[in-house]
Amino acid sequence: MSFTPNIQAFCCHYTSQQTLAEGPKGLQADGFPKSITIHRLVCTGKLEVSTLLKAFEDGADGVYVAGCPLDKCHNLMGSQRAAKRVAAIKKALAELGVEPERIEMYHLERGFHPAFVKAAQEMNERITTLGPSPFQGGTK
Amino acid sequence: MIIAERKPINEIMEMVKDAKRILVLGCRGCVTICSAGGEREVEILASLIRLGKQKAGQEVSTIEATLVRQCDKEYIDSIDQWDGQYDAIVSMACGVGVNFIANLRPMAKVYPGVNTSSFGGSAEQGVWSEQCAGCGDCVLHLTGGLCPVARCAKSLMNGPCGGSVGGRCEIHKDVPCIWQSIHDKLVRIDNAEGLAAIAPIRDWSTSGHGGPRKTVRNDLTV
Repeated sequence: MSFTPNIQAFCCHYTSQQTLAEGPKGLQADGFPKSITIHRLVCTGKLEVSTLLKAFEDGADGVYVAGCPLDKCHNLMGSQRAAKRVAAIKKALAELGVEPERIEMYHLERGFHPAFVKAAQEMNERITTLGPSPFQGGTK
Repeated sequence: MIIAERKPINEIMEMVKDAKRILVLGCRGCVTICSAGGEREVEILASLIRLGKQKAGQEVSTIEATLVRQCDKEYIDSIDQWDGQYDAIVSMACGVGVNFIANLRPMAKVYPGVNTSSFGGSAEQGVWSEQCAGCGDCVLHLTGGLCPVARCAKSLMNGPCGGSVGGRCEIHKDVPCIWQSIHDKLVRIDNAEGLAAIAPIRDWSTSGHGGPRKTVRNDLTV
């Protein structure tokens, strides 16, 4: 049975500039998977743990965060904070017996670059391999 | 403040495995300050509980609330507004809060959402260290304000043990030997002569070894 994952991506203003410039069609032409919904934020440091958990509650099979490089965050420590929150959720997922790989943190350069699309493809492949979320309910 | 940390979620899920309606109850006191059981942590734990239940294929509803404190009867009374709406309470207050709910609401199933660890302070962002053991017989006036009961691994009262090396405790290189610190502090404030006095064998009954402690202030009772 084919499985199209529901992946929610939380990207900061800088790492997701490509989405603004190219729009959804342009991004898909670059190879950005359709399964991924992008949520743009001013900074990933603004992300709350509860927001990421809510994505799983709402039916996400995978979630990832794309923020600035660790030492080059536009807001100095925003992406470091986001990475710690993602790590906390990985720990909680493991405690619940769920694959921690269902959530990931990426540190990407700002602007147009293949890494933004590559991270999305990697996540799409990973979640497709893992299969549907073990959390029942949601939108599926 | 009282320092606490959220219990592993699988441990909490085991506690509430039979509950379908769960009141996740935070506290705006110490556990909010140490980011263990305040409003934000209630939101996170409630979400994790719902996810855990979803994974188990069980129905669940959660009520999220945070009381001003859970160590006063007046605030505990406010949980009556949710009477009949929950099967279990997960309290994210320190152990005092869990006990107070259990004391005052004998029919309530109340479970701890955090592990309560110590009386301490914020050493730096995200780091808390124990400073006081609540022993009930304070000696800080003799030790330069540094507590040998809480901060010496052996709670020694007459100077360091043989494990004190280079100002560090033998239990871990990151732990200062508090007796070295006490000595250095008393020398700095020109009060070192007090160290010559030998502390008598300590009566630990005030420290809980004499049973649960109770403080009565007749000037305040009504």
